[in-house]
This record gives sequence, structure tokens and C-alpha cells, in this order.
Amino acid sequence: MASFSQGGGVLKKRSKTEGTRLKVGLGACGIAAGAMNVFEEARKTVEENDLPIRVERTGCIGMCHHEPLVEIEEKDGGRILLGEMTPEKIAPIIAQYMENGHIDPDNIVAGTDYITENDPFFSKQYRIVLSNCGTINPESIDEYRETGGYEGLARAIREIDPDEIIREVLDSGLRGRGGAGFPTGLKWKFTKQAAGSPKYVVCNADEGDPGAFMDRSTLEGDPHSVIEGMTIAAYAIGASDGYIYVRAEYPLAVSRLKTAIRQANEAGLLGEHILESDFSFDIRIKEGAGAFVCGEETALLASIEGERGLPRLRPPFPATKGLWGKPTNINNVETYASVSRIIQNGASWYSGFGTEKSKGTKVFALAGKIRKGGLIEVPMGITLKEIIYDIGGGIKEGKRFKAVQMGGPSGGCIPESLLDTTIDYDSVTKTGAIMGSGGMVVMDEETCMVEVARFFLEFTQNESCGKCTFCRIGTKRMLEILERITNGLGREDDIERLETLAQSVKSGSLCGLGQTAPNPVLTTLRYFRDEYEAHIKEKRCPAKQCRGLISYRILPEECVGCGVCLKNCPVDAIRGEKKQVHEIDPKKCIKCGICLDSCRFGAVEVR
Amino acid sequence: MDSTLKNVFDSFQGKKEELIPILQKVQERYGYLPEDAMLEVSRFARVPESTVYGVATFYAQFRFTPIGENRIMVCRGTACHVKGSVGILEEIERKLGIKEGETTPDGRYSLETVACIGCCSLAPCVMINKKVHANLTPQKVAKLFKKD
Ligand SMILES: Cc1cc2nc3c(=O)[nH]c(=O)nc-3n(C[C@H](O)[C@H](O)[C@H](O)COP(=O)(O)O)c2cc1C
Ligand code: FES
Repeated sequence: MASFSQGGGVLKKRSKTEGTRLKVGLGACGIAAGAMNVFEEARKTVEENDLPIRVERTGCIGMCHHEPLVEIEEKDGGRILLGEMTPEKIAPIIAQYMENGHIDPDNIVAGTDYITENDPFFSKQYRIVLSNCGTINPESIDEYRETGGYEGLARAIREIDPDEIIREVLDSGLRGRGGAGFPTGLKWKFTKQAAGSPKYVVCNADEGDPGAFMDRSTLEGDPHSVIEGMTIAAYAIGASDGYIYVRAEYPLAVSRLKTAIRQANEAGLLGEHILESDFSFDIRIKEGAGAFVCGEETALLASIEGERGLPRLRPPFPATKGLWGKPTNINNVETYASVSRIIQNGASWYSGFGTEKSKGTKVFALAGKIRKGGLIEVPMGITLKEIIYDIGGGIKEGKRFKAVQMGGPSGGCIPESLLDTTIDYDSVTKTGAIMGSGGMVVMDEETCMVEVARFFLEFTQNESCGKCTFCRIGTKRMLEILERITNGLGREDDIERLETLAQSVKSGSLCGLGQTAPNPVLTTLRYFRDEYEAHIKEKRCPAKQCRGLISYRILPEECVGCGVCLKNCPVDAIRGEKKQVHEIDPKKCIKCGICLDSCRFGAVEVR
Repeated sequence: MDSTLKNVFDSFQGKKEELIPILQKVQERYGYLPEDAMLEVSRFARVPESTVYGVATFYAQFRFTPIGENRIMVCRGTACHVKGSVGILEEIERKLGIKEGETTPDGRYSLETVACIGCCSLAPCVMINKKVHANLTPQKVAKLFKKD
């Protein structure tokens, strides 16, 4: 069995190395920030100067706020992480490092000799699912195997009886990471016991929560861990075919998965007679086509079958009647990736993390008005406050925290007063939000909570498949009310109307989409009712966001007449001579806020 | 049937479960789903044409009209929303003189919105032809179009 070194601190010294390596974080986010150019420049520098250093690619290490990221793995296994890299910076850094081992500390964001056990970004995290993400080359099966990858599968096939694997997953306490938190081992047991064959194993990689990217990063950074988890599931359950349903907007994840599947096949770890046993298992990729409801398991299965993605009534659950009516086990990406580590390291190792009812770790995508946004993995039981302030570094630009959104369109907004809430399924549910799949969007004083509720309703209303009347029409009515309130036309009884509608939509919908769609409205009504009242009664938006309720003006005593606002105003609503006080024409102003953002003298006021 | 379509069909067996992947491939080749192709797809997959339309209209990915040379997708996810993606979308609409869902008359640009690109911690984001542009501001939008 592999040692405890699986996972652990984010940047650990490596015990085994093969000389100096330079690794560029080439996840979709790194590439967006320009990492591809850095990668090419580094390659060129090394080739042209024939330097003894290998340039490689890796996935997302999670410090998205410092992208593009480059890691130097030193000869002795030490690791140095360089942030905000550019093609211009990287060549001289390589040259100097190769000459005398020195790197200008300004470029270093972290490193084994530089941090810092006490940097809470690292010390409060524990990486199990993400242990390889951003450290290995995701396109190399060998690197995955060097970290102990596929040992779990080998152990499963050679040493353990399928029922015992299921027991081990049960004992680990792992609960589904796709949102609802159903015990994974139990689901496997049901699928195994169900009559019918063949049986299927499906991976839900639809990642519908708009504002989340945990599954994308896992698939891009460590695709083999998901394939291994699925194969273990198939062996335990007795399935011979698997599908990964991936969201349409993730082309890089699809291409990495394809590579990984091919490699696993070639290595005899997938396909016919896996590891020379009687067990055979194939995995196919299905790309989604842009429908949020297809993240719901029964709709997802309909979509794989080539149908419109309409949810089906449960029970029967997919475990008994799934794909083509056959027993089907469906789990989320992170669930399968966790399974690989559990079988590799043992159930008791895993259940050593977390709380009594929520074991292990959870990956979160931290975004919004947070200073250090990124991909993090924390032990269950940590508080929201620790995540937001210690790991995330608090709110951007010294603004005041207002809420954190968890669970996306099915979830809710948790206010400051509840920041001591611990991360476990039951505590998060108590707040009215849900654990969800791991999206965490932080909001500050400048976010209008009524507008956020409107935003989510617009989303669910759009994505409702239309099968259930309450979901289709009810969400539309709720959206109309929210639009009216944010436009300054709210009526006295609108809050009650929203509450009544919310209950009907919840109870009158077949699937989770409708059943949870009112949650963003209900939680904002619960914690931010005063904002709703200010909009309705005082025709005022406290966050100064709702355009129907605000106006912009230039403060004559602050304006120096620099003309920047005039130049930037997209609708020519600003007048004024150079060096003279400028003025906004309220009739032309569209309240886009560009003048406010571009004025360096604080001369623009919103009211 | 034209050779492009034949090419697409060659990599499939003509089973119903392949309907979505077939439509995806057809759209990849033509940029949209042409009417004639829909009929051929229905024959090939042995399902009624109404089923092909039923499936194609259900999923947001499929289009029935051609798109511009450059495809702009503005993220409207939660993280991008709280970081001002509305302003980005409006600025692009003004710059190009078209609204979301439209194509410029010269056929150079199509403007769409998307639920989330998955680069949420670099919000707000816009994807132009598979390349993601992150940390945008309305002021930076102008630069996006200078390069192409
Ligand atoms: C509207 C809706 C959207 C969903 N979207 C996702 C998703 O994007 N990814 C996911 O893993 N689960 C999603 N789920 C949950 C799945 O239905 C299912 O519970 C999950 O895939 C089971 O896997 P798990 O037990 O490993 O969590 C969604 C559910 C609903 C109702
Ligand atoms: S919210 Fe825009 S990239 Fe995810």
C-alpha cells in the first residue's frame, strides 16, 4: 500500500527526481492567462542554449490568481513556484537559474524553501483528489503511475473480492460529490444487486454550475484518476461499459481524457482482460450539447441514449433502471477520483479526514470578489471563514464581505453571520444553501442580492426543460417579479408572492432543477430581506447596482477636468472642456459605470 | 448527398444513440445545421426527421443559421456576472453594432453568450474562437478586436 505521502501539503519536496524540470501550468485557465506563450518561450530558450533542464506541461495547481504559473523542480526535489510569468520574464529567469541557482524573489509565489508552512493558502488545504493536479504531466500515464496510480486498481483486481471493494468504499464514508451527497458505497451496492445485464458505469462530468470548474481542472490535470475510479467501480459492480458525459465547453478536458483512455488501453489497464484478468471494461466519451438539465442524472442518461435531455421520474433510480433500462451506476468526477485514492490507501486512511458524517476532503472552485481565487481542496469540517479569509485572503480591494454563494442555481447565499458554518453536508444544508458540487462565488458590498436572485432565476428559467408546468411557468412568474423589483417597479406584496410561488415550484417539479430553483430566492429573502424592502419601498438599491434605481454624477469639487471619463463614455453622455469641471447628461447616461471605474480622482458619484 | 456529409457519416454506424454526436460533427463541418443535412441525418440514423429536429432544438449548442468567421462567446456565469460581465457584453454589442445572438452584416463576428467557460477565477471571461480572454474590463474590450 502506498504511503501517506499521497496528497498532503500542496507543495512538498519530491523524494524522487530526474534532474531539473520546468513545468508550465497548462490548464484552460493557465492558457487563458497566456501560459502557452510562456511554455513555448521556455522550450525555445532551453533548446537554443542546450540547457540541462526539461520543459514540461502540467495541470492547474490552483493558484489561479497568480496565473500563468511555472514550477521549477530542482535537482534535489525542491520546488519553486513562479507566478505571473510572461514570455519576456521566463528566458532571463531560466538563464540566471541555470547559471547560479538564483531566482529573483519577486517572481516567487511559493516554494519548499520559501513557504512557509505558515502560508494558510497551503497549510489549511489537504490535497487528495488534487494531489497530482498541477504536479504531474496529465498526458503521461507513467507519471500517474509513479505517484501510485493504478495500484488501487491492481490491488482491487488481484487481491480483493468485488463485495469487499464495495465495503471498503462504504467504510471510507465517501458521499457523492455531485451535489446530493448520497453514500457512494451504497449506490454501488444497489447497482450490483439490481437484476439485469449488462450494467453500466457513468461519470457525470457535465459540471453545470455556472461559476465552478473543479471537475474541469481534475479532468485536465489528472484524467487517469477518474478513469481508474470508474474502472474500479465497474469491477466492483460487474459492469463492462462506461461513459463519461463531458460538458460541451471543455474541449481541453475531452482531449486529455481521450489521450488517457488510449494510454490506459495500451497499458492493459482498460479494455479486454484488464491486467490479464477476466475483467474487461471500455470507456466512451459523450460530449454534452449545452443543456444544464443534463447534469441531472436521468436527463443525462436520456441524452446519452440520443434523446432530448428530459428528466425521468425516480424511482426507479438509475441503479435499478438506468441506461437503456439497465442497472447503471452514475457518479461525479470527483467521486471517482476519490475512489482511486481510497482503494490505493485504504478506507480508514480516508475516513481519518473530515467530520463524523462527512468524510474526506472536498474540492472547491473559489471565485468572485475574493483576493486569491482558485482551485482548493480542504478537509471536511473546515469553516467557511477559514476558506474565505485564510485560504482566499479575504475580499478584493478591502471591500466588505456580503455573502458566499454555494451550490449554484440549486444553492443559496450564505451571509456573514453564518461564516462559522463548517463544511459538511448537514451544516451547509441548514443554511438553506447546499454543498453542491463545489462552486463558491464570493460577493461583496457592491453585489446586489436581489439582482443575484434575479440572475439565478433567469438561468433556471432559461434551462428549465419545460416538462413540468410549475418549473416552466412558475420560474417565469418569479423572474418577472424579480425583474420588476430590480427595475424599481416592485409592489408591496411582491415578497409574499415570491414566497408562495417558491413553494409551488418546489413541490410541483419532477426533478432537482425545479425542486431547488427557488433556493437562491429563498436564501436571499431569508438573509437579505432588507435589500428587497429597500428596492420595493424606498426605490433604492443599497449596493448601487440596479440601473433603474441609481444615477451617476460628477462631483464638481473633485473633478480636475482630465477628460478621461469623457473619452471612455460609450454613449457620449459626458460634456466638459479640458481642465474644466465635467458633467453627465442624465438623459443620455446608460449607467454602465465606465466613468466611475476610469476616474482616478474619485470624482464620479453613484446614488 | 455531398461528400462532406458522407465523410461525417463514415465515422458512425447509424444508431440512434449516435444522433447527438452526428449532429455535433455536422455542425463542426458546416458551422451550423443546414436543412438538407437534417433530412440526411434522419435517414442515416433511421429516425423520423421530427425526432432529429426535436433533439437539435432541445440543446443550446445547435444552430440552424450560419455563424460569422469569428465566434465570440461572452461568459454569463455567476463569477463573471458578479465581476461585471453585463458591462463586457454591452461594450462588445456597442463595438460590433449587434446584439447577443446576431452576426455582423459583413459576416466577420457572431456574438453569443455561454453559461460558464470554467475559468471563473479569472472572471470576467470571453472566448473568441476557442481562445479565452480573461480578467476583462470594458476598456480592454476594444483591444480584443484590434488583433484579429
Ligand atoms: C438540475 C441538476 C443538475 C445537476 N448537475 C450536475 C452536474 O453538473 N454534475 C454532477 O456531478 N451532478 C449533477 N447533478 C446531480 C446528479 O443528478 C447526480 O446526483 C450525481 O451525478 C450523482 O453523482 P454522485 O453521487 O457522485 O454525486 C445535478 C442534479 C440536478 C437536479
Ligand atoms: S463564471 Fe465565467 S468562466 Fe465561469
